[in-house]
Amino acid sequence: MTTILRPAIGVVLLLTLFLGLAVPLAFTGIAGVVFPAQASGRLIERDGKVIGSALLGQNFTLDRYFHPRPSATTEADPDKAGSTRAAPYNAAASAASQLGPSSEALLDAVKDRVAAFGGGSVPADAATASGSGLDPHISPENAAGQVARVARARGLPAARVAALVTEHMQAREFGLLGEPRVNVLRLNLALDAIR
Amino acid sequence: MTLIGWAQIALVLAAIVAAAIPLARYIAAVAAGRVTFLAPLERAIYAAGGIDPARGMGWKAYTLAMLAANLAGFLVLYAILRLQGVLPFNPQGFDGVSPWLAFNTAISFVTNTNWQAYSGEATMSYLSQMAGLSVQNFLSAATGIALALALCRAFAAGGLKDLGNFWADFVRMALYLLLPLSVVVGLAFVAMGMPQTLAAYAEATTLEGATRTIPLGPAAFQIAIKHLGTNGGGFFGANSAHPFEGPSALAASLQIWSQQVIPFALALTFGRIVRDIRQGWALLAVMLVVVVAGTWIVYAAEAGGNPLHLAAGVDPAMGNMEGKEVRFGLALDALFVATTTGASCGAVNLMHDSLMPLGGLVPLFLIQLGEVLPGGVGSGLYGMIVFVLLAVFVAGLMVGRTPEYLGKKVQAREIKLAMLAVLVLPAAILGFTAVSVVLPVAMSSIQEKGPHGLTEMLYAYTSAAGNNGSAFGGLAADTPWMNTTLGIAMALGRFAYIVPMMAIAGSIAAKPKLAASTGTFPTHGPLFVGLLAGVILILGGLQFMPALALGPVAEHFVLAAGKTF
Repeated sequence: MTTILRPAIGVVLLLTLFLGLAVPLAFTGIAGVVFPAQASGRLIERDGKVIGSALLGQNFTLDRYFHPRPSATTEADPDKAGSTRAAPYNAAASAASQLGPSSEALLDAVKDRVAAFGGGSVPADAATASGSGLDPHISPENAAGQVARVARARGLPAARVAALVTEHMQAREFGLLGEPRVNVLRLNLALDAIR
Repeated sequence: MTLIGWAQIALVLAAIVAAAIPLARYIAAVAAGRVTFLAPLERAIYAAGGIDPARGMGWKAYTLAMLAANLAGFLVLYAILRLQGVLPFNPQGFDGVSPWLAFNTAISFVTNTNWQAYSGEATMSYLSQMAGLSVQNFLSAATGIALALALCRAFAAGGLKDLGNFWADFVRMALYLLLPLSVVVGLAFVAMGMPQTLAAYAEATTLEGATRTIPLGPAAFQIAIKHLGTNGGGFFGANSAHPFEGPSALAASLQIWSQQVIPFALALTFGRIVRDIRQGWALLAVMLVVVVAGTWIVYAAEAGGNPLHLAAGVDPAMGNMEGKEVRFGLALDALFVATTTGASCGAVNLMHDSLMPLGGLVPLFLIQLGEVLPGGVGSGLYGMIVFVLLAVFVAGLMVGRTPEYLGKKVQAREIKLAMLAVLVLPAAILGFTAVSVVLPVAMSSIQEKGPHGLTEMLYAYTSAAGNNGSAFGGLAADTPWMNTTLGIAMALGRFAYIVPMMAIAGSIAAKPKLAASTGTFPTHGPLFVGLLAGVILILGGLQFMPALALGPVAEHFVLAAGKTF
């Protein structure tokens, strides 16, 4: 038995030390030097305080901000031990609804979101929750549908807000990969910067 | 579906095949011991284990060594998970993982399944991620490649007594193939925005004044091996849908490339080892055709949108977006779904539970076919060769000749062992699902009523036994019943398959290698590609049809009739 187990123990322990500690620690050091901003999560600061990450969406409910997609993330419910309550864009616990296509609960949620968006032909990303619950982007159509509300709440001309949306539109990567989109946090930061 | 969508799919697939050609040559060189840039370390590892890397092993010794390595890996990982609360690199102060979950997770990562009944950012310390989970990502992938090499060698010459040395294959694949690729891909991932830090989670105050915790960690390196080793276990709970784990469409493309390039290359490495590269291209062709077909079905199903939602006023332009991210787009989403399940990876960049019924049927079916299209690193190739033996057997029955493959006669013993291997999957999947859907303790885990609920349960055991690791996430998997039975299904799907497969390798190796004659059925042309694809779809898929009819197919029709649950 030892003739079988000794090689296994020796090899697995040495490979654990090398592949599990030496390499990742050295890799972390190199990554931190070469790509310091990316390696530490692309955190955004305003007035010296961290307000979020450029990659992670955050929740906006006020009329004066563009709203992100619905999010299914939750947090522990302080009133009821062992259960959770809705907490959109809780970055500490990425999560999706996991609701199936024939789910009644999903259909009800979609109907509510369509009504909240103002009806009409609502962009699908505004009516559905994302896979991570932290989707930082909305579609250009979704952003366009919110311009009037944001402009009214801020007392700005709609054309000004629409121009800002256009400015923050990200095209397909290399003109090919992915989809056109707008980063909600960056757009809202730009709105706040208007004096 | 759009033209630009298909252009994205074509570009990624072309990049995979283009890279697989030189990589196949490199893997063959590593397997032959001709790559030595970490020779001092390699020698130290052999010395620590008292190993002579030049000593050949028969199939039993090779298999026993593999089982011992995996047992040691299981014990080390289980210990790290249980003890993480008192070990270093734990800035969030997470407690040790519970026994049920640690058992399930350790089996899951050792078998290359990477099923996760936990959410990384809320459960695992940085040490558990790096020294525990990451290391098993390397070792389970190296295990798969080593086993595939042993089976390849069995066909290379006649009258072979041994299949190579397991320890040499295992260590070399980890150090010379998986490690350098992980470093390069990992650095690219950092550049694209994935975190790689040992700092504690950040605290942020949002523009509307809420306090939010931003999880960080040494993610990029682990995510690189997660894909290159077709492991699929996410650093974060949402896996590659998480913006830190899948920051852009380019990152998603590189992830698809990473999880496919070694399995496709191994098909060509097989051609090199048996000294007939056309044999490798034939296997690759079968893999590619099915991946494209699967992608097409998912893409069409998702782009069509959910009819109930369209009727409620949702614009059809973006298709079904529930559980999906805006930045990837449906084309890369569909390719990701087909490749991650065709390849035994199990990483997800969208939630499979929220796919349309036919979109969800594709990943389920691709796993049930045995994940040979192209399959996991190593496991895909040895699974494919088992199907090849069945295909030449079927061809032999049609013409009344003793079947042979690459000059080796395929006889009753090999076919019995091959059938034993391919029956493991339906027995584990359908057996555990059937028991679970009548047990209240298991049924309480199901989220959805109606046919979708059955699909959730079927998907869980399919993913576990197939060593995939993706999930219909609505299922509550962190219960003692689910953790235990899924753990057993994972071990069966891996090891109960490997042992008969290695017995086939031993039996084939010893046979004389016959010269090809005019009566030899050629195994590299389109006729054979078609036959092999047919055998995989029928022999691999038929036994699952009743279950699929009750799950996703039934859901498709009731959904079209406007019914919800």
